[in-house]
Amino acid sequence: MKNQKSAAYRWISFAIVVILALLFTFPLYWIITGSFKTAKEINSTTPVWWPTTWTLKNYQTLMGKMKAPLWEIPVPFSQYFTSGGEKTIISSGPQVPAAIRWMLNTIWMAVAAMFLTCLTAALAGYSLAKKRFIGRHLIFTLIVCAMALPKQVILIPLIRQMSSLKLYNTLSAVIYPIVGWPFGVFLIKQFAESIPGEILEAAQIDGAGELNIFNTIVFPMIKPGVGALAIFTFISSWNDYFMQLIMLSSTKTLTISLGIAKMQAENSTDFGLIMAGAAFAAVPIIIVFIIFQKYFTRGIMMGAVKG
Amino acid sequence: MKKKTAMSRALVRRETIAGYMFMLPSLFFFLVFVIYPMFMCIFTSLFDSNMGRNTVDQFIGFANYVELAHDPIFLGAMKNTLVIVLVSVPTVCAFSLWVASAIYDMKPALTSAFRVIFYLPVVTGSVAVTVVWKWMYNNYYGIFNYLLKGAGVIDKNINWLGDPRFALWCIIIILFTTSVGQPIVLYVSALNNVDQSLVEAAAVDGATRFQIFWKIKWPQIMPTTLYILVITTINSFQCFALIQLLTSGGPNHSTDTVMYYIYYTAFKLYRYGYGNAMGVVLMITIAILSAVQFKLGQSSN
Repeated sequence: MKNQKSAAYRWISFAIVVILALLFTFPLYWIITGSFKTAKEINSTTPVWWPTTWTLKNYQTLMGKMKAPLWEIPVPFSQYFTSGGEKTIISSGPQVPAAIRWMLNTIWMAVAAMFLTCLTAALAGYSLAKKRFIGRHLIFTLIVCAMALPKQVILIPLIRQMSSLKLYNTLSAVIYPIVGWPFGVFLIKQFAESIPGEILEAAQIDGAGELNIFNTIVFPMIKPGVGALAIFTFISSWNDYFMQLIMLSSTKTLTISLGIAKMQAENSTDFGLIMAGAAFAAVPIIIVFIIFQKYFTRGIMMGAVKG
Repeated sequence: MKKKTAMSRALVRRETIAGYMFMLPSLFFFLVFVIYPMFMCIFTSLFDSNMGRNTVDQFIGFANYVELAHDPIFLGAMKNTLVIVLVSVPTVCAFSLWVASAIYDMKPALTSAFRVIFYLPVVTGSVAVTVVWKWMYNNYYGIFNYLLKGAGVIDKNINWLGDPRFALWCIIIILFTTSVGQPIVLYVSALNNVDQSLVEAAAVDGATRFQIFWKIKWPQIMPTTLYILVITTINSFQCFALIQLLTSGGPNHSTDTVMYYIYYTAFKLYRYGYGNAMGVVLMITIAILSAVQFKLGQSSN
């Protein structure tokens, strides 16, 4: 087989890609090294490329700045019965650095959004693909139309809706719209199309119940799709800044990226502190990404092929 | 394969009930948290509605839209949004296609390492990415001024984000780095799926590398290109976090995008109906653009 690319071209393009890759990693490098630099090195007009003395002071400031209870367990639905619309708290954790609470909030939000999205989308996607019920064309058209529209546009009306539902400034206000976003249903539907109808009919004739059929036949076949959707939802809800910004306001309810943004607004010149916050926010999700990178890229590709 | 279509009435009812039971959880979230607010967005855009004010909204018909057409800040924001879209969409597509074609036939480990690196800015998250760039652009402590002064390109420090001539371009650069990750992943997989036998046959017939690319590979990756065009356009339209964190639309509204101006009107000026009218205009613009791109892609195939 003839080599299509000449050796010289190969080496030159390889060199360029390496340089580009270095440029793309530089911001991350700058965040991490910056977070360990002393104030003097940070505020020097000549950049310090590598910290001479590594300091944890920025992280200490980050952890010492604000405090919040580690957890708070409310009575479900209690906000509808108290006069101020506040939830009644039955258990509240010890005071810890707010950044840790923000991290927990973010993890809870992303995991709950991921779990609920996968569950509802798997059921609905299968139903849309395989059940012949009246009105399914209408529902599918609505889904396709909604997907083409910018998500952020609905967030402005959502804020009023969330306050009247007494969900404003709770993580649920961020989670529910993510779950409602129809991309997942659309994706799973494309996967479920390929399930042979004969198997489902045969199972029905054998008297298997609907949920039983779903568990034993359908779910194993749409599993790759659900896996892709899970990773996709996790990372996109983790990074969905706009929705968090308008829905969450008190120190206890912030997510990590919102907390860092707030810190940045309040201490705009303390770059060391801000970099420590940015590193604290970014490193965990980057580790998750690198671990699941294979599944994640596969998820992106499947989303495009099926979409 | 032909399927039997004759179903008994009882079976139809059973299917309908089961179908809706499966749909129910998803449909609930979809209707309550997506369709209803979408409807409210269109509906309240016809009202003079202010958040936090306890009076009843006044129906004013299309007055919000008329005002929009004469609002210089909105028109400026629309212009900035279009500049961002027109600059970033082609550059993102061309850049990611070039990177993908350079890395797709390397050793698998190397390809996936590069894929991860170019995807990193996306995963890092808009806030972390933006704060570090803000530092790099900084007037006194930023590395850009240091490097450019060292190279002799500029002789005075430039306040990149505070200067209307540069601010929008600074934003476009960051948007670019956070936009190429997904297209590169998609192009790598599309290029790997190109029919190798056609490429080899053409090479045997003496086609140049350039001809092979245009005549054989390009048509085969067209669907991917189309998809990338659509998602990049939508992403560029929705550019918000960068602007809110970097410039807040400043200096003097020179970096407002429609998305940011909607936020500004609704949450800083509390003009809720007016913000929603902008949202409707944005929805229509994106819908038209996506339809046009889709049609173009279909006719070229």
